[in-house]
Amino acid sequence: MEKVRFSIYRYNPDVDAKPYMQDYVLDIEPTDVKLLDALVKLKASDDGISFRRSCREGICGSDAMNINGKNGLACITDIRSLKQPIMLRPLPGLPVIRDLIVDMTQFFKQYHSIKPYVVNDEAPPEKERLQSPEDRKELDGLYECILCACCSTSCPSFWWNPDKFVGPAGLLAAYRFIADTRDTITNERLDNLEDPYRLFRCHTIMNCVDVCPKHLNPTRAIGKIKEIMVKRAV
Amino acid sequence: MVNRVVVGAHYGLRDWIAQRVTAVIMAIYTIALVMFLLAMPSSYENWQSFFRQTWVQVLTQVSILAFLIHAWVGIRDLWMDYVKPVGVRLTLHVFTIVWLLSCFVYSVKVVWGL
Repeated sequence: MEKVRFSIYRYNPDVDAKPYMQDYVLDIEPTDVKLLDALVKLKASDDGISFRRSCREGICGSDAMNINGKNGLACITDIRSLKQPIMLRPLPGLPVIRDLIVDMTQFFKQYHSIKPYVVNDEAPPEKERLQSPEDRKELDGLYECILCACCSTSCPSFWWNPDKFVGPAGLLAAYRFIADTRDTITNERLDNLEDPYRLFRCHTIMNCVDVCPKHLNPTRAIGKIKEIMVKRAV
Repeated sequence: MVNRVVVGAHYGLRDWIAQRVTAVIMAIYTIALVMFLLAMPSSYENWQSFFRQTWVQVLTQVSILAFLIHAWVGIRDLWMDYVKPVGVRLTLHVFTIVWLLSCFVYSVKVVWGL
């Protein structure tokens, strides 16, 4: 049995006038490995604590939160690697619904604005639309995004202009479809991003790369979008 | 006016390239200038005759222009990031343009010794 100290952001808008940090001490077993294990245990003792979680293995992206000042997924964060007391806060920059749960509407609005699906008006072939292995390779490091919002909510540009700047997650997805050889509206996609706010608010701060739990690189994707725009313009 | 979020000004790439190109120009000028100034004996007369050569004046003027364009994109980014009211932002944009333009006119006077 091991003791772990927590300091958790609590806010219930129905009851609390202001958010506050609440301290907890929890006994964990050797079988409690990840931060989410501890949170689930903590919730058993205080069921008021609210957080999202689903797959508990880093695939669904539900349990993204700010852990000791850095965004990450509770389910793949080793609890013993964290400095105590473990400070848990909701993802920064988004409205808090309750405790560690944030309203992701703005995040998904930006994601949908880049048309996150292949558009192809040509007559469909008898089987699937094929890609060469090289063309398919370009999508590696792009399609793996789980939309946990760790990157966008760690991005100062997204904090300042969440209604106008697409954000790293949205732009990574945008490049995923610009790079897809099966998609036929590349020009429209580039036009949609050619804007001082939508794309060019990115100042290459690279917080997105630092926090991505899937080790993706939105900054590189954003650079490639700019590269294609330059290619189109000059 | 209705309060709607509007984006899609369809510019940005040109400014982004300009910022990068002007950065390269400034870097080259700075390195070249430091090397030239270190290579020659330091005295008022030397510096004066160095900066009176036409090619030095042209390069200096181009670099100042690059600096001002670079500053325009950078300062405008600041206003766009942090200043939300459109009226205030437009005023700051105009003030920045007037200020940088004044700097340019003054730089012509300084560089060419008019």
